[in-house]
Amino acid sequence: MIAIIDYGMGNLRSVEKALERVGGRPRIITGPEEASGAEALVLPGVGAFGQAMDRLQEAGMDALVKSWIAEDRPFLGICLGLQLLFSESEEFGPVKGLGIVPGRVVRFSGPAYEPHDGDPGLKVPHMGWNQIKVVRPHPVTEGLPEGAMTYFVHSFYVAPEESEWTAVTSDHGVEFTAAVARGNMFASQFHPEKSGEVGLTMLANFVKLVEERSGR
Amino acid sequence: MLAKRIITCLDVDRGRVVKGYKFFDHVDAGDPVELAKRYNEEGADELVFLDITASHEGRDIMLEVASRTAEEVFIPFTVGGGIRTVDDFRAVLKTGADKVGVTSAAIKRPEVLTEAAERFGSQCVVLSMDVKRVADAPPDKPRWECYIHGGRIPTGVDALEWAVKGESLGAGEILLNSIDADGTREGYDLELVRTIADAVRIPVIASGGAGSPEHIYQALTEGRAEAALIASVAHFGDGVIADIKRYCAERGVPIRPVGM
Repeated sequence: MIAIIDYGMGNLRSVEKALERVGGRPRIITGPEEASGAEALVLPGVGAFGQAMDRLQEAGMDALVKSWIAEDRPFLGICLGLQLLFSESEEFGPVKGLGIVPGRVVRFSGPAYEPHDGDPGLKVPHMGWNQIKVVRPHPVTEGLPEGAMTYFVHSFYVAPEESEWTAVTSDHGVEFTAAVARGNMFASQFHPEKSGEVGLTMLANFVKLVEERSGR
Repeated sequence: MLAKRIITCLDVDRGRVVKGYKFFDHVDAGDPVELAKRYNEEGADELVFLDITASHEGRDIMLEVASRTAEEVFIPFTVGGGIRTVDDFRAVLKTGADKVGVTSAAIKRPEVLTEAAERFGSQCVVLSMDVKRVADAPPDKPRWECYIHGGRIPTGVDALEWAVKGESLGAGEILLNSIDADGTREGYDLELVRTIADAVRIPVIASGGAGSPEHIYQALTEGRAEAALIASVAHFGDGVIADIKRYCAERGVPIRPVGM
């Protein structure tokens, strides 16, 4: 069973349905006790960083996520579920995050995002399909076509202190980390559940990783 | 680099697609979910469902369609038509839809844009505008007026002013439909698209008038739209989305290749 953490930050139905589509057995959980028997944990989420941290703590899920990743059990983070893993975010902050990945969450800013010389500038939020580049192959990124595109919706991006964390990059005025990975943990800024075949390939890879680890 | 988007639109009446989508003869062409799946396979970057049913039962049927779509199609989609309140937004988003389009209700009560943006984020608030060129405006100072209730009722609201106001109130995207160009297949109203796209910082989706890949290319370049909406894909023939994407990509427009 793949446990999807529901902490009141956005709709989880698409994530659930996409995992089902690729043969996973997802279940939405609202408390750490419901994670017993889970083989994998998924942390999705959209919204503001600070509020998300509060809700995660209220639900007692922060400790669960930390110990889960420390034990190298299969973990998938999506969007805010990636950002929360970091030390802190500058969104209405600084606000402290889970501190699993050393680094900060910063806003797209600078001249490239401002209108100049009749050019409207790059838009923030970065919303839509963008090309990704796998810089450090991970089981989840296996079999992706060259030039694959995924769906993004975000105004802030993660900046890990150590580049070894970065598995996938993309470009929006700056080359930024689109996914981090280590061991059985993979967390992306883009939404695999909304990224068509490319996204489903990654989710299928994750389900396969979970099954292999569980010896099925 | 962010890709420009090709969006297909499905008009839904009591759970069935209206307009003739004849070329999909081996699928149930009237079932919006079947058609959504097909558009996804053909390479659409996003889908829009426009509920044209004017009743409460219609709303429930539309939610059911959105819910089934979320189970079958894994690309972003928007639901619009008859959206009035924040509760309507919530009901649509709960199905797994990504965005909600609002037209008439936003003109009548602009605060709904702010309420929805504060609750669910601007990224899911699509301000949909049905506009018509003002006939007696001087040619060097063109103006467009917003219409409501399916383009039937003029409001006296200036399209440019409303777009700018809509952005400041919390809209995350503008779906800009030209009533004049709609159905003509003679091309988008590029002057309109460019005027609005230059005035706001949020993405503008050009809608109304597409009849060839060149028209879409024009909207995405000259018109400065971030996305182009095609309402009647059937008019083009088979494999049209791939054709449009190839046409634009060959001319340097960043596009998501079909199947990527």
